[in-house]
Amino acid sequence: MDVFIQTIVSGILIGGIYSMIGIGMTLIMGVMGIINLAHGQLMMVAMYITFVMAHFFHVDPYLSLLVAMPALFLLGAFIQKTLLNPLIKVESILPENQVLMTVGIGMVLTEIARFIFSSDYKTVKTSYSSSAIFIGKISFNVPMCIAFGFALFFTALLFWFLLKTDLGRSIRATAQDSEAATLMGINSSRITVITFGIGSALVAAAGVLLMPIFYLFPDIGGAFTLKAFVITILGGLGSTVGAIVGGIVLGVAESLGATYIGMGYKEMVGFVIFVLVLIFLPGGLKRLTKI
Amino acid sequence: MLKVDSINVAYGDLQVLWDVSFEVREGEIVVLVGANGAGKSTTLKTISSLLKPMSGTIEFEGQRLDKLPPNKIIEQGVVHIPEGRRLFPDMTVEENLIMGSLYGEAKKKRYQTMEYAYELFPRLKERRKQLAGTLSGGEQQMLAVGRGVMSLPRLMMFDEPSLGLSPLLVQDIFSLVKKVNQEGVTVLLVEQNVNQTLSMCHRAYVLENGRITLSGTGDELMANQHVKEAYLGI
Repeated sequence: MDVFIQTIVSGILIGGIYSMIGIGMTLIMGVMGIINLAHGQLMMVAMYITFVMAHFFHVDPYLSLLVAMPALFLLGAFIQKTLLNPLIKVESILPENQVLMTVGIGMVLTEIARFIFSSDYKTVKTSYSSSAIFIGKISFNVPMCIAFGFALFFTALLFWFLLKTDLGRSIRATAQDSEAATLMGINSSRITVITFGIGSALVAAAGVLLMPIFYLFPDIGGAFTLKAFVITILGGLGSTVGAIVGGIVLGVAESLGATYIGMGYKEMVGFVIFVLVLIFLPGGLKRLTKI
Repeated sequence: MLKVDSINVAYGDLQVLWDVSFEVREGEIVVLVGANGAGKSTTLKTISSLLKPMSGTIEFEGQRLDKLPPNKIIEQGVVHIPEGRRLFPDMTVEENLIMGSLYGEAKKKRYQTMEYAYELFPRLKERRKQLAGTLSGGEQQMLAVGRGVMSLPRLMMFDEPSLGLSPLLVQDIFSLVKKVNQEGVTVLLVEQNVNQTLSMCHRAYVLENGRITLSGTGDELMANQHVKEAYLGI
């Protein structure tokens, strides 16, 4: 029983970070109608920023949030403004080709990282990296708990922003009916730029929070792009609440898989869920929650 | 107030408006009637700058609307209530109203105007926390008009507000358009419902196959032989 509870706890903790990755992707999906296949690679960039800050300037990884998030916001906004939006204006190019563009962007980011840092594994060691708190027989890994706390905080902040500010409402309005939003005075191409920036900043936060727990190499992005994709499909395209639930479900499923099937099958569990959702619940959790 | 001067508009290679000119004066209700596909919605979309004319000009109080990007039109005091209402379905009634008042003066007076909108439509106040997508057709049309009112417009353009509503609700919507007009808002109304709109408007234009073929006061057009045959079925 303890093992089971331990498995669930670890799953929920990592699930909080997955949720944040998924929310970023689903926001972009909602507003632009495309899957950003460079999402994990953007996270990788944020992780390297954290690594450089920690390794060369001895900055605590959590403080790097203050650098990585704004930096990735700008990088995301830049990508949207200069690389993705121009594609919409050319009528002969299908809008779906933006997706192919994101694949290319992901590759370029990965190769730039390999060029600068080589393919070696990097880690950021902190004094608390492997410390844990015990409640009964259940251990709570400290960096995971901090990460979960930050994930809750950023998610709450995002919801406040989307529900209570004019800019946040404009983002939702553009996702729901972009032409009507234009008639209401919203500059939709500016909204796409801001949204891509916010999505990138969120995935950057996830990357920074993972850094004390994970090791880092240039190709790590691809794996997380796939995870984000699974979460987004699981939650229902464009649904933020769905992405949160989807992230937690994926975290718990992977954790259960690792404990009861074997470490090596952890990733596979996610994709089995992905296929099952596509077959039995196309439209994802959004079909159930309606949000 | 609004002056549309010989605009030609095309979707790609397909031209749909040919030399369309008309004028709306301050305080008027002007109706643009015509059959399906005559180019009525296209005309409104061009005024809203969602479509750019190949030639011709659109002026509102001396300002060239066709030179502005579509998201700047509402700030000029021109609001377009689109066909099919086009609400934000997953937002509440109140949020939809807020979306009408994002900029400038409208934003400053947001909650004042909202009270006014709720006075116009007490039903919306009852349902203000409800998602717009769950409203009935009539309520959705009220909300679409309310959202337009929130921008403190001087010219409101309605694109077939009666579409899909029961005859009773159509009456309500038209009396609402009149009411908005009496409050000092100029109205440009696009309709297929020729009989009712011609009797309530100051002036009207008939649009056929992308060209203005007739114009005059509502009564004049009602008496016109062609209008009688083609639109009123008399």
